[in-house]
Amino acid sequence: MTLLSVENLRVTFPSDHGPVEVVRGLSFTLGRERLGIVGESGSGKSMTGRAVMGLVAPPGRVTADRLEFEGRDLRSLPEREFRALRGPRMSMVLQDPRYSLNPVIRIGAQIEEALAVHGNLTAKDRRTRMLDALNAVRIDDPERVARLYPHEVSGGMGQRVMIAMMVVLEPALMIADEPTSALDVSVRGQVLDILDDLVKRRGMGLMLISHDLNMVARWCDRILVMYRGEVVEELGAGALHQAQHPYTRGLIASLPRLDETRDRLPVLDRSLL
Amino acid sequence: MLSFIIKRVGQSILVLLITGLVAFSMFTFVGDPIDNMLGQERTMEDVERLRQQLGLDQPFIVQYYRFLEQAVQGNFGVSYRQGRPVAEILLERAPATLELAAVSGIFAIVLGIALGVFTAIRRDGVAANLIMSASLIGVSLPTFLIGILLIYLFSVELGWLPSFGRGETVKIGGWSTGFLTESGLKALILPSITLGLYQMTLIMRLVRSEMLEVLRQDYIRFAKARGLSDRVINFRHALKNTMVPVITVIGLQLGSIIAFAIITETVFQWPGVGLLFINAIQFVDIPVMAAYLMLISVMFVGINLLVDILYAFIDPRLRVAA
Ligand SMILES: Nc1ncnc2c1ncn2[C@@H]1O[C@H](COP(=O)(O)OP(=O)(O)OP(=O)(O)O)[C@@H](O)[C@H]1O
Ligand SMILES: [Mg+2]
Repeated sequence: MTLLSVENLRVTFPSDHGPVEVVRGLSFTLGRERLGIVGESGSGKSMTGRAVMGLVAPPGRVTADRLEFEGRDLRSLPEREFRALRGPRMSMVLQDPRYSLNPVIRIGAQIEEALAVHGNLTAKDRRTRMLDALNAVRIDDPERVARLYPHEVSGGMGQRVMIAMMVVLEPALMIADEPTSALDVSVRGQVLDILDDLVKRRGMGLMLISHDLNMVARWCDRILVMYRGEVVEELGAGALHQAQHPYTRGLIASLPRLDETRDRLPVLDRSLL
Repeated sequence: MLSFIIKRVGQSILVLLITGLVAFSMFTFVGDPIDNMLGQERTMEDVERLRQQLGLDQPFIVQYYRFLEQAVQGNFGVSYRQGRPVAEILLERAPATLELAAVSGIFAIVLGIALGVFTAIRRDGVAANLIMSASLIGVSLPTFLIGILLIYLFSVELGWLPSFGRGETVKIGGWSTGFLTESGLKALILPSITLGLYQMTLIMRLVRSEMLEVLRQDYIRFAKARGLSDRVINFRHALKNTMVPVITVIGLQLGSIIAFAIITETVFQWPGVGLLFINAIQFVDIPVMAAYLMLISVMFVGINLLVDILYAFIDPRLRVAA
């Protein structure tokens, strides 16, 4: 079942030399599955997520031939109704926990406040749910962490806190922008399990933005490879070796393998692109 | 946190000792009080007697020590002009200034923050732009001119509000208040606006620019992505972060409200310490001037101390750093 369908999505920013397109005609659909988006820095991954969330701030402009979420056209949706979607229906974990959490509000309070949109929960219920969510992202001492301010937790813990915020919200669509980049391998596995659980059990659709081609290839159902604002390749799970586009092939070639025989790893040759 | 407070209190005391020295130096370096107190027809004995009576024959350090000792006890000597204890005169005048400063301060803070937030949220609205343009007037017109314009409009032309004085006051203990009578309240309006307008526009413009800056931050974007309401985002997430730098400025501005009261009090013939100070200068009434200087610096230093502590209270990141 299709949750989100995007056709010819464009995000444009004005600049001194006329408008610059940072997302250039992106099309994809997302069901209740795990869609991985990879691509080099600046290729427009985060911007795509923001465009879907309706959070591209002026002077940025978003256009699309089609931008539908749960059968509703997001392009013409009044801001009030869009706001009602954000949070419980669609939500996004931003890239950097250091800037994405409010520095002057305690972590527990920041997780709890999102529950207000679910309405009629008592303060005690909210607290229980908040502690459960922290537990779910494998934070050992939720009571203590809930009382901390964002600057007092590590980057990895901050990422898990942000995911805990999604866990309490249980959105139908979740866009996770590099949610595990600061986590060590074992915690990353656990966090991915939580996301997996949300996808499988609750039927959530997940857009996972990442730099980690291997992780995405192993874990996601489908992969989009972005390059300079465009999708250059769409691959099924485990089909990484079938990649055609020179950019993807170049990326794969530059990854080290377990049975490595090469002395030097090749770098991406941009002259081929 | 505690060591931070202790350190700041220590610094405050040092600052007060230095301003105390400046205040005290006026006795020795500005004019000769004896000249001012005794007329042309004086004998050498009169001069000597008064010199001893006032302790002016002692060495500088001794005099300074005695000055501080007395000042800490609230004793600032005897006014050259009125022949009464300065403390008594100040206490008489203080309520007028403090009430004026309090009303202007509240006016400046409440309206400044409210308009600042409004103009930031409705950044492109017509009303917001009008307010911003009007605020330029508040920043650029000198206080006395604003006072005179207000008097012209509301007292002379419309005749709604009094142009000078405090109106009727009621004595409660040693405190004479204008809050309890209609004429007292009416008399407060124009001077308070005059005194607070500059601070109000300053706070408003600062709140606006800080708020715009904060609204661009990622945590606001993330708050939106989580579906928080505009009210929560603007007033909880954004305003609290905005207040961190704004608090400092507000603190300093409150101090200057009291210091600038001199001008407003002169324009409105407001019987406060500012007017007292102006009159004291005309008569080189050093004890009154020195006491006023000390009073203002205690106020400034006290407010600054409070602001620093408040600052650390609002921004958790400073608590550890301190
Ligand atoms: N406010 C803006 N004004 C103009 N250009 C912008 C703005 N924000 C982003 N861009 C441009 O949009 C492009 C895509 O940015 P985006 O953040 O989506 O990259 P990304 O793929 O997420 O990169 P990374 O992996 O580093 O997070 C970049 O080239 C960036 O320079
Ligand atoms: Mg990004």
